[in-house]
Amino acid sequence: MADITLDQIIKPENLVYTKTKLMTDKVLSYCPGCGHGTAHRITMEVIEELGLEEQTIGIAPVGCSVLAYEFMNIDMQQAAHGRAPAVATGIKRVWPDKIVFSYQGDGDLAAIGTNETIHACNRGENIVIIFINNGIYGMTGGQMAPTTLIGMKSSTSPFGRDAQRMGNPLKITELVAQLPGTYFVTRQAVHTPANVRKTKRAIKKAFENQRDGKPGVSFVEIVSNCNSGWKMTPRDANTWMEENMFPFYPLGDIKVDGKLV
Amino acid sequence: MSELKLMKGNEALAEAAIRAGADAYFGYPITPQSEVIEYLMAEKPHERTGMVVLQAESEIAAINMVYGAAGAGKKVMTSSSSPGISLKQEGISYIAGAELPCLYANVVRGGPGLGTIQPSQADYFQSTKGGGHGDYRQIVLAPASVQEMADFVKDGFELAFKYRIPVLILSDGVIGQMMEKVELFDPIPRLTDAEINEKYPWATTGKKSGTERRIITSLDLDSHKMEEHNHKLQAKYKEITEKEVRYELIDCDDAEYVIVAYGSSARIAQKAVRLARAKGIKVGLFRLITLFPFPSVKMHEMCGKGIKGFLAVEMSSGQMVEDVRLAVNGCSKVAHFGRYGGIVHTPEEVLEALEQKIIGG
Repeated sequence: MADITLDQIIKPENLVYTKTKLMTDKVLSYCPGCGHGTAHRITMEVIEELGLEEQTIGIAPVGCSVLAYEFMNIDMQQAAHGRAPAVATGIKRVWPDKIVFSYQGDGDLAAIGTNETIHACNRGENIVIIFINNGIYGMTGGQMAPTTLIGMKSSTSPFGRDAQRMGNPLKITELVAQLPGTYFVTRQAVHTPANVRKTKRAIKKAFENQRDGKPGVSFVEIVSNCNSGWKMTPRDANTWMEENMFPFYPLGDIKVDGKLV
Repeated sequence: MSELKLMKGNEALAEAAIRAGADAYFGYPITPQSEVIEYLMAEKPHERTGMVVLQAESEIAAINMVYGAAGAGKKVMTSSSSPGISLKQEGISYIAGAELPCLYANVVRGGPGLGTIQPSQADYFQSTKGGGHGDYRQIVLAPASVQEMADFVKDGFELAFKYRIPVLILSDGVIGQMMEKVELFDPIPRLTDAEINEKYPWATTGKKSGTERRIITSLDLDSHKMEEHNHKLQAKYKEITEKEVRYELIDCDDAEYVIVAYGSSARIAQKAVRLARAKGIKVGLFRLITLFPFPSVKMHEMCGKGIKGFLAVEMSSGQMVEDVRLAVNGCSKVAHFGRYGGIVHTPEEVLEALEQKIIGG
């Protein structure tokens, strides 16, 4: 077989994939195997495909994705821990024609920011909330999260989460689905190509809802892995997630067009 | 059209926000400043000017709504009273760090803790020394009348945008609740979206093609860059200290003694000056208008011109007096007088303190 040079490969007709221009060239700070990179990418692809980049303002949380603004190539604000839905409310109320979304982890959205989450959802702010639930505090080094499963080990539940002493994992997505101010509530995953496609469709629906002025929050939970925090290989983490996280956090739509499924 | 009205301080603040062309007010009720949001809701500013008024679920949410809207280039404010202002400190630190313009008011009540709903000036340290975490300052305006409650809203917004800094109107329960005649300034139109895009190249309003994206953040994991950012902030505070000091000198020309006070204490002290003058005591009033920047240069200059003593009068156990001591720097006598915990001192008590602690002391 003759030697093939790069010049022969790099041709427009050979291009099968390119990253969205709404992701910067900055190397992601996430661990290999983490779902954040995929979740970032499909969110940005949706914004590009819908042609919304010139009117979108994103909000980064505190947590692993605190630097989301370094990777998402759009106007962004970085919020105090848990306050992203309030920051989003502030922006959307004074710029009602803009597209506003927050991107938050479980500690940010379901522990320190529960109040902001519930009230933004209950007021029916016309925003998108993307919620990454990996059941652990990744950035601070693997502490227990509000969504840590019973029996799951973390650095602050080293013998496993015990409901009596540490409380129960919080299904905040089911909770916000009960509120009249949410329009679309879904739980998805990004660990397989099929799931990535489904999640991207869900995110697209969420942004379309906001663009079309559908009343209320569109809330997309993504159950994801944290192989570093869970102390597993990426592959084992995905298997563990399917076997343990999905039974407690079942995937699928919870509320569509303002109606519980 | 400027208009003469009889109003409560809190109402004047609220009306001034509409007239100043504010785009939004985000707040949460607390005594003694709930009239601010009540007035705004009743006035329907969304019909008058298009201004947004939203009752948030907490003071924390309110200040973070301010962060978001300010970061998107809008003229926004909030207000609260002492316990609520403590809750806002995290957000204010972020606003200072991200260099966003905003205005907020503290109608101070007695503390600590839940304290009392009566007037106080015990939040001086929190207001002037940085109430939240980190090395930051904010401009602090201290109104002593209902008129100034209105005027400082306009001035405060101007300063906030000039320096991209949080500006605090530090009022108290007396000024917030009392009714006085106020001449309301002519309404200033709200900026259009196009004007905001043109005037504020830092505001996140959506990345336009061919332009750099905009980021609002207070984070930098590189500590060398964070030190640089801090240098920039300090340079700004230095400029403010040089250019934005405001005070009022009353009867100071021939004074041998000076009372230093701000807000409602300055009004009471003014009466005490009259009582003292009637007794032949040559005393003047140094009324602070900006608490940060503090008029240290002027105060020091005065003590070099033969002032025999300064009496710091404040409704606290002695907070502002520390800045008076720093300014005077040992070249004249300094004493403190103040009632606190919600008690407002009388002019007679101030005069007595002057006679005992400064003249006779």
